[in-house]
Amino acid sequence: MALILLLTVSVLAMRLSLYPILLAAFLSALIWDFFFIPPRYTFHVNSYEDVLMLAMYFIVALLNGVLTARIRFFEKIAQEKEAKHHTITLYETLFNALSHELRTPLATILGASDHLLSQANNLSEKDRTSLIREIVHESERLNLLTENLLNMSRLDSGFIRPKSDWCDLSELTYTVVNRLEGALMGHRLQVEVPENLPLVKLDFGLTEQALYNLLINAIKHTPPGSLIRVVVQAQQQMCQIEVSDSGKGVPETDLPYIFEKFYQSRNAGAGGIGLGLSIAKGMVEAQGGTIRVESFPGTGARFCIQIPVEFNFLKPENED
Amino acid sequence: MKTEATILIIDDEPPIRRLLDITLSAQHYRVLETGSARDGQIAAAMHPPDLILLDLGLPDEDGQALLQKLREWYVKPIIVLSARNTEEEIVQALDHGANDYLTKPFRTGELLARIRSALRSVRQEANTPIREYGHLRIDLVSRQVRKHDEIVHLTATEYALLLLLIQNEGRVLTHQFILNEIWGAPYSNQSQYLRVYIGQLRKKIEENPNQPVHILTASGIGYRFSGNSL
Repeated sequence: MALILLLTVSVLAMRLSLYPILLAAFLSALIWDFFFIPPRYTFHVNSYEDVLMLAMYFIVALLNGVLTARIRFFEKIAQEKEAKHHTITLYETLFNALSHELRTPLATILGASDHLLSQANNLSEKDRTSLIREIVHESERLNLLTENLLNMSRLDSGFIRPKSDWCDLSELTYTVVNRLEGALMGHRLQVEVPENLPLVKLDFGLTEQALYNLLINAIKHTPPGSLIRVVVQAQQQMCQIEVSDSGKGVPETDLPYIFEKFYQSRNAGAGGIGLGLSIAKGMVEAQGGTIRVESFPGTGARFCIQIPVEFNFLKPENED
Repeated sequence: MKTEATILIIDDEPPIRRLLDITLSAQHYRVLETGSARDGQIAAAMHPPDLILLDLGLPDEDGQALLQKLREWYVKPIIVLSARNTEEEIVQALDHGANDYLTKPFRTGELLARIRSALRSVRQEANTPIREYGHLRIDLVSRQVRKHDEIVHLTATEYALLLLLIQNEGRVLTHQFILNEIWGAPYSNQSQYLRVYIGQLRKKIEENPNQPVHILTASGIGYRFSGNSL
């Protein structure tokens, strides 16, 4: 019985701070006295032995409680330490990725322009053009990174307020596709937008950016020549935009984290700092929508945006 | 090619001014440049240019305010170049009278196309009843539109919309402005009409309505008519 009481004190010690534990130890001693020390059902203690036992019990209960609390305290410190360590590792990874992503293009741009300046007369036309191409390409990369960082901070600051307006989904889709014309050159693109889609009410800019990021992601993670499909649908007050690719699919271990900020697949090796997909998610969710990913190992990945929308089946009238 | 148009650059960043100077001079434009709102205003008044490239982030005065001041008397094209790219900022600049905007970083090819387009719209105010844009030929007198020499039948609203766009070639027209002009003030929030008619018009006059070259979308802002069919 005494053991059960001691156990209760330990359990309490796991949850409470020092003073309640003292109180618990004292109360449990009283209970023990009341029920188990003869004469029973009184607080009387007759013999010295019983007084000693009671005192012993109180001390044991107290020690038990205090020690448990100490253990809990140290455990907490250890946990905090681990969490801190985890955060530090996360930041280190992030800073490494960020400085890599910033410095690599800068190195190329500086190197190429230095070479162009100092070797102006010794360069063949072909080399010159290829150096200039590198500068353009790397500047574009920096530009995309800057856009992503700015968009992320806009999302984080809660600065983004969706402005819903009637949109032609076909216009939206092709605006993105046309903007990405250059980047899509190496891939085969298939766009499926039904002819008679209704107009839908959503934020054009945010949805455009989300689709843009999904397409950039597909281009980055699939080898040249792969097929990328964009399928747009509008059914049951829901607008759905799907981007599927014919790459390797997403590794199972990455699936739960793929939309997390700064998360990058270890074995993708595609560069970047892991912002594109989380921005897409933020821009879709700002409009009350959802984004999800399905992976088909070996045959590709499918990203799907769903946004609840109003429909409008307006048709142009034939006036004359 | 001999273009004699004068372009005034108002931008406080010397590297951007140098880039623009070199790019524009190579296209035979005459280039004036200033680095502040005050100097810009004086330069524009002393030698009124054919076009102004205006940066919104000036050190001495907000570019939007300068834009409003310039528009009190300056009627030729103003193209805004800015690192600020929120829809609100852009719509505000357009409402203040900017013809077009480009966000930094911009590509020089794109800039030159916008400049050509804007200058062309000024020249065409010299009363030409027939406009030709690539395969498109519009007779403003007989209200006839031809694509590849074949007559395209437009409804009255479609024609009015096309007319508004070509009369403002190179100019970004906000959704609200177009709705106001074509359907009237009560419709200024009824963007569904605009979406449907733009779609319809593209199907009729563009080679490929999904890759329009004349009626261009300014995302979240409005539409621009481009005469260059490149």
